[in-house]
Amino acid sequence: MDRAETDRRIREQLEPFNKKGIAVADDTSFARDLEFDSLTVMDFVAAIEDEFDIIISMNQQAEIETYGQLVDAVHAMRKDDA
Amino acid sequence: MSEGVMQADQPPVIEAAPAGDLFAKFDGLIAMREGLLKAGQEDPFSLVMEQVLSPTRAICNGRETILLGTYNYMGMTFDPDVIAAGKQALADFGTGTTGSRVLNGTYQGHRECEDALREFYGMDHAMVFSTGYQANLGIISTIAGKGDYIILDIDSHASIWDGCALGNAEVVPFRHNDIDAMEKRLKRIPEGAGKLVILEGVYSMLGDIAPLKEMVAVAKKHGAMVLVDEAHSMGFIGENGRGVAEDAGVMDDVDFIIGTFSKSVGTVGGFCVSNHPKFEIMRLVCRPYVFTASLPPSVVATASASIRKLMAGAEKRAHLWKNSRRLHGGLKALGFELGTGEAQSAIVAVIMPDLEKGAAMWQALLHEGLYVNLARPPATPANMTLLRCSLCAEHSDEEVETILGMFERAGKTVGII
Ligand SMILES: Cc1ncc(COP(=O)(O)O)c(C=O)c1O
Repeated sequence: MDRAETDRRIREQLEPFNKKGIAVADDTSFARDLEFDSLTVMDFVAAIEDEFDIIISMNQQAEIETYGQLVDAVHAMRKDDA
Repeated sequence: MSEGVMQADQPPVIEAAPAGDLFAKFDGLIAMREGLLKAGQEDPFSLVMEQVLSPTRAICNGRETILLGTYNYMGMTFDPDVIAAGKQALADFGTGTTGSRVLNGTYQGHRECEDALREFYGMDHAMVFSTGYQANLGIISTIAGKGDYIILDIDSHASIWDGCALGNAEVVPFRHNDIDAMEKRLKRIPEGAGKLVILEGVYSMLGDIAPLKEMVAVAKKHGAMVLVDEAHSMGFIGENGRGVAEDAGVMDDVDFIIGTFSKSVGTVGGFCVSNHPKFEIMRLVCRPYVFTASLPPSVVATASASIRKLMAGAEKRAHLWKNSRRLHGGLKALGFELGTGEAQSAIVAVIMPDLEKGAAMWQALLHEGLYVNLARPPATPANMTLLRCSLCAEHSDEEVETILGMFERAGKTVGII
């Protein structure tokens, strides 16, 4: 799976959580731009985890601030699998 | 900022923090607090109990007040036998140990307290900490190390989260009480990694219990060790008062139980009990156990006396349950929205529409002569504002009816019911 495909699938999962329909780019911040609170983060992370069958621990989440960083992190985890 | 200048409905003006002031990060919270207080609200977080008359009565702001938010579930704080044990230890062993458990801070009384706990839980090992907070901090951060995984409920108590933060394990939360969500995460943990599942018997915010029978079975199926915090169940849930794990019949599959003396036991202190054959090594490697002074002799003496009385507390237990069910049913009938459909524990959480109404209701109850706990975001699940009521075995039937009358009047005054 290439990065673009990972991006597409994450974008699809993000859709229902992007309540204000913000345009999402690699530098979009989950906390600042999308205004995710801790409960939303948990539900969104669970959706991503289920989509890709991975675990994103809170330790890893702490390193992820933007959309692009999430795509990179998930993409790297998928590559590890392959 | 001068008193009386500001209107209640104006956002309070906080002076901008000077550059480099590390307190700048608290400005939002300071503003919220001042806003509430300026609106004529008494500060729910700095109430002083001027006199304490019994486990269920105190004088607050000069008013005699019924206490309905103390977690003093079994009313042991004024038990004459417990007080006598404390006085004796104070006289015989002095006011404090001035030392760590592993140096000069283990007295006869600490050993006896651990004996009482082992007997109470029917477990091989017991370790007494200075608080329950430290017990969670110490056990969690010590047993789950780098490369291990902690799988825990998102609504876990602050001391559990802080235990995770103090350690080096990977932390993976799952949706509150969601068995499937927990299992999915367990399945995805890399082969060979150590796993610790952390659950609570009773969740203190809403007073709901965990489906421990199912959850513990799932955890064991995936080879995880299980830690259950039973802070809010000791003494009155389960046949011997050992907690929700006992009630669910899974005591043998729980590796560690964490508890506190600050609720049913009626003093201060925390503990972990376990059947793990190597458990005693914890005393040497658990930093929040080693690097702090042990509990005073009088405290461990009152704890031992109280724990031993709790073993024979069937009648009190029954009355506590009666109180909880009556309060829950009565509040529901009055039209309040509650945290659980039926009484699952001795905590009844009343859900408030928002923080302002919640604070107003809290104050109206205080004026009626009733103290409850106000819980607000971010400590609460789903950012709810809650009035948390905890029943005591010493509340009389009449007191519970009085409490319901107070809730009815205050609820109507504030416009919640
Ligand atoms: C679930 C839970 N665990 C641990 C604690 C900490 O107990 P202690 O008051 O002994 O520090 C509490 C209470 O504050 C609690 O509610």
